[in-house]
Amino acid sequence: MSNNTFLGMPTLPVFGHGNLNATEPFPKAAHRELGNEQLRANLGHATHTIRDKRLKVVAELPDWEEMRNAGSAIKDATMANLPALLEQFEANFTARGGIIHWARDAQEANEIVTSLIRATGETEVVKVKSMATQEIGLNEYLEEQGIAAYETDLAELIVQLDHDKPSHILVPAIHKNRSQVREIFLREMPVVDPLLTDDPARLAEAARTHLRKKFLSAKVAVSGANFGLADTGTLTVVESEGNGRMCLTLPETLITVMGIEKLLPSWSDLEVFMQLLPRSSTGERMNPYTSLWTGVTPGDGPQNVHLVMLDNGRTAALADEYGRTALNCIRCSACMNVCPVYERTGGHAYGSTYPGPIGAILSPLMTGIKSEENNSLPYASSLCGACFDACPVKINIPEILVHLRGEDVDSKRAKIKVPTQMDLMMKGAEWAFSKGSHLALLEKGLPLGKLAAGRAKVIKKLPGIAAGWTESRDIPAPPSQSFRQWWAKDHTPETTAVPGLAGNYSTDNSPEGEQA
Amino acid sequence: MKIALFATCIVDAMYPRTAQATVSLLERLGHEVVFPSGQACCGQMHVNSGYFKEAHAVVANHVQAFDTDDYDVAVAPSGSCVASVKHQHEMVARRCGDAALEARAAKVGAKTYELSQLLTDVLGITNAADQLGSYFPHKVTYHPSCHGMRLLRLEDRQLNLLASVGGIEMVELPQADQCCGFGGTFSMKNADVSAAMNADKAANICGTGAELCSGGDASCLLHIGGGLSRQGREVGTLHFAEILASTLENPVTVTGDVKLAGSKR
Repeated sequence: MSNNTFLGMPTLPVFGHGNLNATEPFPKAAHRELGNEQLRANLGHATHTIRDKRLKVVAELPDWEEMRNAGSAIKDATMANLPALLEQFEANFTARGGIIHWARDAQEANEIVTSLIRATGETEVVKVKSMATQEIGLNEYLEEQGIAAYETDLAELIVQLDHDKPSHILVPAIHKNRSQVREIFLREMPVVDPLLTDDPARLAEAARTHLRKKFLSAKVAVSGANFGLADTGTLTVVESEGNGRMCLTLPETLITVMGIEKLLPSWSDLEVFMQLLPRSSTGERMNPYTSLWTGVTPGDGPQNVHLVMLDNGRTAALADEYGRTALNCIRCSACMNVCPVYERTGGHAYGSTYPGPIGAILSPLMTGIKSEENNSLPYASSLCGACFDACPVKINIPEILVHLRGEDVDSKRAKIKVPTQMDLMMKGAEWAFSKGSHLALLEKGLPLGKLAAGRAKVIKKLPGIAAGWTESRDIPAPPSQSFRQWWAKDHTPETTAVPGLAGNYSTDNSPEGEQA
Repeated sequence: MKIALFATCIVDAMYPRTAQATVSLLERLGHEVVFPSGQACCGQMHVNSGYFKEAHAVVANHVQAFDTDDYDVAVAPSGSCVASVKHQHEMVARRCGDAALEARAAKVGAKTYELSQLLTDVLGITNAADQLGSYFPHKVTYHPSCHGMRLLRLEDRQLNLLASVGGIEMVELPQADQCCGFGGTFSMKNADVSAAMNADKAANICGTGAELCSGGDASCLLHIGGGLSRQGREVGTLHFAEILASTLENPVTVTGDVKLAGSKR
C-alpha cells in the first residue's frame, strides 16, 4: 500500500466516479444522434466492415467455442479469487522493482498520477490509448494541473485534436470519416502540409510527423494495460500502431493505470486471451505489437515503473451476483460492433466512456443504478442477443441488462410516488396475464378494438407511452374473436383435421371459419 | 401423441389464425391437441421490463396451467415465448424466492417446444409438401427472429420447413439475422432507435421482391408488418404455421381484398 494510514471503513458499496455516466436519458441522446446522417453512414460502414472481418477470422478456428469457454472460465476463476491474486501480483511486481499505488476511485487515481508526474519535474507526458484513463478523466485533470498529455494512438489523437470524446472503445474516432479527419488535422496541427489529402496513408504520415518529436523528447509516459499476470507481476499492452511500444520503452518514467479486474492468474493464460482478443476486436489473427514488461530492467527502458490499481466501482460490480461477470470484459468491442442499437446511435449517446452493450451494463454496475441517467442505459437494447454471441468471454449481456432493469424498477418502488404509465401498464398486465379467465374476459372486448380500427382496419394512433410505436408503425385491427373463444365454441378435431373443411382465411385476422 | 397448445397471449388475442394453423397441422398428423384453459402469457414482457415481482404471478399461472401429466409435450408458435418458458421462468421463481415454483417451472420448460422444433425434431417432418400437404404458390422471404435464433438455436428449422412447401418460391432476406427492433417495451421506451431498425428491415424485405415476409414470432411480424403498413407497402407478414397449414384445397389467400396481418391492401 502506498498509504498505510488506516482511514476507517468506507461506506459500502463504493461506487465509481468520473466519466461513467449518461448525463441525459438514453432515448433523448439517441434521438439527437439518430438525426446525424453522416454519423449513421460512418458507423454503418465501419461496424459492418469490422463485423465481417471478425466473422472471417473467428471461422478459421475450429476450437473457437472451446476458446470462449476457456476465456470465460479463467475470468470467472480470477474474479472468485481476486483479493489473493491482487496480493500475489503486488508481491511479484514489487519484487521486480515496480511500485504499486491503490486508488479507490477516479479522484484518487488522478491525484496519484499527478503527484508522480510532478515528482519528475515534467509538464508533458505521452499517452498510450487507455480506457482506464478515459474513465477517470485523466487528461482533463492533468490539464487543470498544468500538465499536457499527448495521445499517441492515431484515432485517439484525432479525437483529442478535435476536442471531442471517443465514441468507441477500440476505434475512438469511428464516428469520423477520413475527410473529416483531414479537416481536423488542417485546423488543429501546429505544423501541417496545407496540401494534405484524405488518403489514409497521407493522414497517417501527418500524424507520425506530428508525434515523432513527442516520442523522442518525452520523459514520462502514461499507459493502461490489457492484462496483469499475477504469477509473474507482468503487465501487457496489446496494440496496432507501435505508438504504444514507443511510449512503453523510450521515456524514463512509466505510469500505468489498470483496473483491478484486468488480472489473469498466470502467464500461460495469455495463450487463450491472445487468440480471443485480436480476433474479436480488430478482426486480426494477431495484433502487430504486444508489449510485456515486468518491473524495471536496469539500463533498459523506463527506470521508474509505477502502477495505479484502480477500483472506481469494480468492487461494487463484483458484489452483484447477477452482474459480476461484466467484469470479465477484455474491452475487445465485439459487442458494440454487432449491436444494432450502437450501430445507429453511436457511442456518444451512452454518455459513459464505455458505450454499447457492455457499457449499458458496466456503467450502471460501477456507479450504481441511481447515478445520474445511468438507469436509462439497461433499456438501450432490444435484447436481440447478438452481443452475447460475439463476446469472447461469454458475458451474458442480455441477462444482465434485464437484471439491471429489475434493479431500476425496484429502486423506484422504494420511493413513494405517482405510478408511471409503464407501472400501470405492468400492473394491469399482471392482472390480465395471471389467470386464463382474466385474459378471456378482456378478449370479449376485441370487437371494440376492431371497431376502433374502423374501415381501414388499422390503428394509426395510440396515446401515452404507446404513441412512439404509432409514430412509424400501424397496428392491425384485432380479430372479432380470440383463439380461446373459437376453441371453446367451434373447435372439433374434424373441422381442422381435414383440409377443405377448415373454413377459409379470407377476411381479416379473425379465426378461420368465423363469419366476421 | 397428446400435445398441449400454448397459444401465447399475442396469438390468442391478435392472431388466432396462427394458433388455428398450429392445431390444424398437428391434427392433420393424427395427434390430439389440448388447450389448457388456464393459460395466459409467458410473462416475458414483465421480465424484460424489469418487473420481476409482477412477473411472478404470470409465471406461476403458466406453470399452474401446464404442470400436468395430461399431455406429452407442449408447443407454442413462438420462439420468443418458448425461450421465456425455458430460460426465464426458473430465474423469476428463484429471484422471487419461490423454490417450489422453480422446480415446477423447470419441469414445464423441459417439455415445451417451439413449433418448428416439434415438427422437425420430434415429429420428423422434413418435407412439408409431402407430409403435411402444404401448398403456397407465392414468393416469400423469411426473417429469423432473434430469440428463436439465439436462445433456442432453431437454426434453419423454420426456413427448411418453408422451403419444402409445395409451390413456394423462397427468396433470401439480406441481413436476415439483424433484429427488427421490436424488443417488447423497447419499441416504446426507445421508439426512435426501434423505428430506425425496423425501417432497415422493411427496406431489406422490399428489396427482395417477395409478396410477404414470414417468420416464427407474431410479435416481430406485428412490428415488421406495422412498419410496412405505415409505409404503404404492398408486402405483408405471415406466420410460417399459416403457410404450412395452407393446402391446395384450402389455401391462404394473399391477394384480392384479403388483408393479412400488416398488409396494406
